[in-house]
Amino acid sequence: MSNNGTPLLEIKNVSKYFGSVIALQDVSAFVRAGEVTCLLGDNGAGKSTLIKVLAGVHAPTSGHYYFEGEEQHFESPREALDMGIATVFQDLSMIPLMAVWRNFFLGAEPTKGWGPLKRFNVDFAKQTALEELHKMGIEIRDPDQPVGTLSGGERQSVAIARAVYFGAKVLILDEPTAALGVKQAGVVLKYILQARNRGIGVIFITHNPHHAYPVGDHFVILRRGQVYGDYTKAELPLEQLVQMMAGGADLEVLQHELEQAACGGGEEADALAEVAENIGDELDELGD
Amino acid sequence: MAADTAPPPVPAEKVDERVREVGRLSKVLTRPELGAVAGVFLVYIFFAIIAYENNFISWLTTAAILNRAAPLGILAAAVALLIIGGEFDLSVGSLVGFAGMSIMVLVFPTDAGGFGWSLWPAVFLALLIAIGSGIFNGMLVVTTKLPSFIITLATLFIFRGLTVALTRLRTNRTQLGNLDEVEGYEFARTLFVSEFSLFGAKFDIAILWWIGITAVATWVLLRTRPGNWIFGSGGDANAARNQGVPVNRTKVALFVTTATAAWLVAVIQVVQFKGADSLRGTLQEFYAIIAVVIGGTLLTGGYGSAIGAFFGALIFAMVQQGIIITGVDGDWFKVFVGVVLVVAVVFNQYVRQKAAQR
Repeated sequence: MSNNGTPLLEIKNVSKYFGSVIALQDVSAFVRAGEVTCLLGDNGAGKSTLIKVLAGVHAPTSGHYYFEGEEQHFESPREALDMGIATVFQDLSMIPLMAVWRNFFLGAEPTKGWGPLKRFNVDFAKQTALEELHKMGIEIRDPDQPVGTLSGGERQSVAIARAVYFGAKVLILDEPTAALGVKQAGVVLKYILQARNRGIGVIFITHNPHHAYPVGDHFVILRRGQVYGDYTKAELPLEQLVQMMAGGADLEVLQHELEQAACGGGEEADALAEVAENIGDELDELGD
Repeated sequence: MAADTAPPPVPAEKVDERVREVGRLSKVLTRPELGAVAGVFLVYIFFAIIAYENNFISWLTTAAILNRAAPLGILAAAVALLIIGGEFDLSVGSLVGFAGMSIMVLVFPTDAGGFGWSLWPAVFLALLIAIGSGIFNGMLVVTTKLPSFIITLATLFIFRGLTVALTRLRTNRTQLGNLDEVEGYEFARTLFVSEFSLFGAKFDIAILWWIGITAVATWVLLRTRPGNWIFGSGGDANAARNQGVPVNRTKVALFVTTATAAWLVAVIQVVQFKGADSLRGTLQEFYAIIAVVIGGTLLTGGYGSAIGAFFGALIFAMVQQGIIITGVDGDWFKVFVGVVLVVAVVFNQYVRQKAAQR
């Protein structure tokens, strides 16, 4: 991948406050066309807020948002979408009871005819949905199948294919592999690479370094609303990424707390002690 | 050795191993209206047997059933779209009374407290009143974000109360008649309540309105953009909004649709009975919902059909007519309707589960 291109989407020193709560502080990140930027962070790191800022749901309290080199101030997700910034929210983009082709074109239905006879071009919609999914390597059994009968991975994949079809230049994926089995997650990762190979800038939000590392070109690690690290793949071996994600220091504190709790005695305490021991082992491994 | 000789297990054509040939029958089974179509046969056969002596199988009875089903079917087609869109309208029955009484007060002689209009302007103004009521319902639902069940339960009482109170205030009565003396009545009669003879039985023109409205509702639902929005808004309003569907506008339009259907039924009944009663349309909202549910539409929205509502209304009318001609005490009608409703819902759920497993 070229590392010299100018960023397609970039945020600079973005902060977001909700009353007295500082959700994001001076966060900067970017994605280039044909690259995957992974945003990693544990729960409460500010991932959700950052996604909403990127998607145009929240306006940042301060900082700058550039798309294709120009500063943007989005009023709604629709505006961002119209510019080609598509966000696939976790479980919030597909309607289970509706057929695949109806979902695929929901809100942007192709029409034919005019005046009072203007109608949904159903044949085109069915055929296009199948073709587009096929291009992404997704084989759907039947376009009339309700989305609810697809697996979680297939649903995410359909959402990705839809965003790609509607001309997304930047694709923001909110934890697309969370709650998926190993194989399903692999399928979704494959589509992320497919989208990247078609020249789309992908922002992949996850808390799983093992999912991020194989597809990412660039890693931004968030912690407590701030950027904790910003690396290219060459600078960062997987082990180091895992350790940063696990937060070595935090784990030590957790181990200590668990050991203290385990002093209480009884069955529960034994279980806690075991967990603490396991964390200790993990820390040793990370240290190696 | 065996591994060497065995050909690689790559099929000549790329066929997904999960694709199973689905027969035509199984595809039909997934249609929402299937349960209602089966129900039509079952109920017909039931009465054909127990009411055989009373000539249930005859054109006269068939005409009576269809004539009975038509006004309910018109309401049900609109209510089906609304329920698929994820909302309820309990005020349609009250709106039938409200719109009908509006027409009568407008055409009633001025010396008796009316306005002395001719029929057509009154019908037109009643349409505007109905559309306004639909917008009122819809806006109240989308702005307060409260369940439409509660909002329209409130407007059920408001519209019914207004019908009784305003009519009595102006005319000192609750029933107005003599519409046939009003200018424009003859043409309205031709359009809304004329009959056509077929096989020696008399069929109401309202049957054609019913069929036509069901056809239009089905077309809108399955073949237009707003139809896709209706499914989306009812299936998951948030997801639909994220995809750019104008959910609120769709819902308000659906409330206007049910109100307009109530107006049409009001016009038909006013012309037919040459007058209005302030209690007309009472309980129609529930009968319409029953017809829609028997027709396979999910009460929670996002799934269903207008054709199903057509057959639901037909079943409802068959039960009604069947009980009348069998000579069973009419008091049993509601018991029977309740039983049919439960059976239909259980059956629909069973079919849907089967469909999902295909």
